[in-house]
Amino acid sequence: MGAPLHQVTPAVSRGSSALRLFPAVTLAVFLAPVAAGLVATALPAFGYLPALGGRELGLDAWRQLLATPGLAASVRLTLLTGVLSTVLALAVAIGFCSVMHDTRLFRRIQIVLSPLLATPHVAAAIGLAFLISPAGWAGRLVSPWLTGWTRPPDVAVVHDAAGLSFVLGLLLKEVPYLMLMTLSALNQLRASETLVTARALGYAPAAAWLKTILPQVYPQIRLPIYAVLAFSMSVVDVAVVLAPNQPPPLSVLLFRMFTDRDLALVFPAAAGACLQLLSVAATIGLWRAAEIVVSVASRRWLTGGAGETTGWPLRGAWAAIMAALVALSLLGTVALAVWSFAKTWFFPQALPAAWTLSHWSRHAPDLAGPGAVTLGTGLAAALIGLGLAVGCLQNERVNGLGSPTRALWLLYTPLLVPQIAFLFGAQMLLVRMNLDGTWAALVWSHLLFVFPYVFLSLADPWRSFDLRYRTSALALAGSSLRVFLRVEMPLMLKPALFALAIGFAVSVGQYLPTIFAGGGRFTTLTVEAVTLSSGNDPRVTGIYALAQAALPLAMYLLAIAAPAWCHRHRKGMG
Amino acid sequence: MTRMFIAALFLFSTSAHAQGIPDTWPGILEKARGQTVYFNAWAGDENTNAFIAWAADRVREAYGIQLVHVKITLTSEAVARVVAEKAAGRHTGGSIDLIWINGENFLSLKEQGLLFGPFAQRLPHFALVDAAGKPTTVIDFTVPVDGMESPWRMAQIVYAYDSARLKNPPRSVAAMLAWARQNPGRITHPQIRNFLGSTFLKQALYELVEDPKILLAPATDADFVRVTAPLWRWYDELKPRMWRKGEQFPETGPAMRQLLADGEIDIMISFNPNEATTAIGKGVLPHTVRTYVLEKGTIGNTSFVAIPFNAAHKEGAMVVADFLLSPESQSRAMHPATMGNFTVLDLNRLTPADRKRFEELPRGVATLSAAELGRPLLEPHPSWMNGIVAEWERRYIK
Repeated sequence: MGAPLHQVTPAVSRGSSALRLFPAVTLAVFLAPVAAGLVATALPAFGYLPALGGRELGLDAWRQLLATPGLAASVRLTLLTGVLSTVLALAVAIGFCSVMHDTRLFRRIQIVLSPLLATPHVAAAIGLAFLISPAGWAGRLVSPWLTGWTRPPDVAVVHDAAGLSFVLGLLLKEVPYLMLMTLSALNQLRASETLVTARALGYAPAAAWLKTILPQVYPQIRLPIYAVLAFSMSVVDVAVVLAPNQPPPLSVLLFRMFTDRDLALVFPAAAGACLQLLSVAATIGLWRAAEIVVSVASRRWLTGGAGETTGWPLRGAWAAIMAALVALSLLGTVALAVWSFAKTWFFPQALPAAWTLSHWSRHAPDLAGPGAVTLGTGLAAALIGLGLAVGCLQNERVNGLGSPTRALWLLYTPLLVPQIAFLFGAQMLLVRMNLDGTWAALVWSHLLFVFPYVFLSLADPWRSFDLRYRTSALALAGSSLRVFLRVEMPLMLKPALFALAIGFAVSVGQYLPTIFAGGGRFTTLTVEAVTLSSGNDPRVTGIYALAQAALPLAMYLLAIAAPAWCHRHRKGMG
Repeated sequence: MTRMFIAALFLFSTSAHAQGIPDTWPGILEKARGQTVYFNAWAGDENTNAFIAWAADRVREAYGIQLVHVKITLTSEAVARVVAEKAAGRHTGGSIDLIWINGENFLSLKEQGLLFGPFAQRLPHFALVDAAGKPTTVIDFTVPVDGMESPWRMAQIVYAYDSARLKNPPRSVAAMLAWARQNPGRITHPQIRNFLGSTFLKQALYELVEDPKILLAPATDADFVRVTAPLWRWYDELKPRMWRKGEQFPETGPAMRQLLADGEIDIMISFNPNEATTAIGKGVLPHTVRTYVLEKGTIGNTSFVAIPFNAAHKEGAMVVADFLLSPESQSRAMHPATMGNFTVLDLNRLTPADRKRFEELPRGVATLSAAELGRPLLEPHPSWMNGIVAEWERRYIK
């Protein structure tokens, strides 16, 4: 296959009008709730919400927000922890890939990562908090015989003022996610062949990866990185468990205002929601600027030829960091599992003093119904999301970037605005349409958060697809649809299934959309888990965290196993 | 002209659906049969969830009502729904029929005209409520209830402590400070935006203020500084001697309870006199935990249920509210193994058989008797609470 073929038959020339509908349909499906969500966020910020007596536009809400004690510290904390966790997550993912690529462990890493990906964020955070806090498992194991502590020391390990435990908690979920995205991107490159060539030219393995693979991988994981950044800056539940709370990150500050008994606080809270949107957008803009600076600055190094040392000590370091993160995450889950069988377990006992099956026998019958709702809703949302994303991306491949396609970035906004403000507007729309409390509304509201993740997980690998496959196949087979089904889809099966699994996991984790759009008519595992965890009983949290993790875990394992099975007769596609 | 027309239409529609409620209780029962009542209630406590599940069984058997517990983590989630429905113009057929509500959320909803009523006086069992002996059943946070919500269970501040580590807990606010001086880092309260956080300060204010009567009237800018000055003098001393030197606070009451369980703190505030007993039974707190109240008394209030203005099944909601007031339901709620909540009823008005249900109840291992709890102090006007929260944040958040 030579380069000329690529130019001879530009795929763009064969348009498809059916595909053109996809971006339009996608926008039509989402634009109304997204717009309603944004309007409901913006209008109260300027004083307008007649249902609560706000009838005149003005800047009072902003004045009130700016007068909130600790606002500056909250924003600073959000920026620092958001950027720090994203930088660290990226560094660990890239560092690990660069030194471990082509090892046996690396080929299995997806299986190692999938339980981490499947664990709900807040469960991972609770597990981590229980491991590292002064009264936690680590302290219990060494007390009192080693430390002399008969009661926990008064030291802030979690909720530390710098937010480091919060950053660590975010890393537990963000590193696996970025790793997964990197793996799915690597799948599109001929990484191993490139590396063999680079090493033959005298590059050390890590340098070879950083110089030849990273510049190809990074553009493919750019959107997921932005998603990680936005997520770290807007997450509420993980922050409540791990972040400082006097003052808390902006997201938690706003959540407290939105849920305050004083309904009038909705106005400054809405202004704060706009502030959060602006800060996330600005941070992403700065990140983009930094990308350009780094790429210009590193050009000389990238093309500077071989010459580095082997980097073996580094290899140990990156592997150790990854192993530590995996261990923390798994131990946290184990701790919650142990709790779910504990009758009494007080500091400094290393293990529960008394065990019981009663928590499981009490809750197990309640898991089936919500489990079925969770599964059905998650599958529906993830499949619809995948269908729309594939359609939009295929349209882009076939028809090029048209105007509706360019507008798709709008659909990321649900990830950037505080959920509670945004959902208030989406909910109002559903009520007006008389759809609230229906299953369709539930799936739709989940899609608002599922689709952006599915799309951004799939977009970069899809866009970097080698068009020559399509072009050759078209020349041989003729039918666009046939080529899509027989050549393009099989080649994209892995990223597509990962996108599906991620979408499913996102749906499983949705609490507020289920409450708002479901109108209390639908109970999912997450609704059970979140409402019960407000009672702060680690034993119940343990049961539901495991139940919540089980479904996404099955989906991730399926995403790993299915392509391998489908392609078992094809070399190099497993 | 148009505006008048719309206003007239609105008046017409409200009076129309007020008329939609049958005039007699048998008529209401008749209409309630077959309805599904969506009860939005905090679901963080397994015992309460189990109690609601029991109530659902009972109202299905007795009245043919399907009671669905809509589980929420914060009352404001339900409030937001009602506001959204009002904003979207849904004046009938609302998705929430009944909300478990506390004083301040109630006031917000009442002020915004988001509640249906008055209805409480129409409930047959309401006649048994001890409105004279338990004034908080009709006056919620100093504001008359006006029949817009129906009482459900009594709550009163108690302090829980681990008797294995602490023999004589401090029984006054001043003694609490003296104790903290000698035992730094052993007490805390939930963060100030949590209702228990502000309650901790409110209770202290009651004892430190010259004349507590002033707290029953709305706070003014002029008297707030003067009246609360002793509170801040006391708290300035206490704060650096609290858990984590008063720099960090647990997010919620249950999170604070975990600190007591782990021995990180020795004393915690609670708004449920039976919480310690329940927690001991579940193995959440050590069996040595006990409760006490302050010498000068502690604040008490009442939990209520209310019906949103646009509820789709108001009759069913009223029947459920009435069932919650029945001696059968109240005595079960008071059993320490179910919830252990004190009843809102006047036992003297019950039939001997019903009274016996209450008299035969066992008492929880860490629960005080009604006599030991003493007559509860009335909640201060909500403006004091709001002022304390704002002032706390102004003073201590940098």
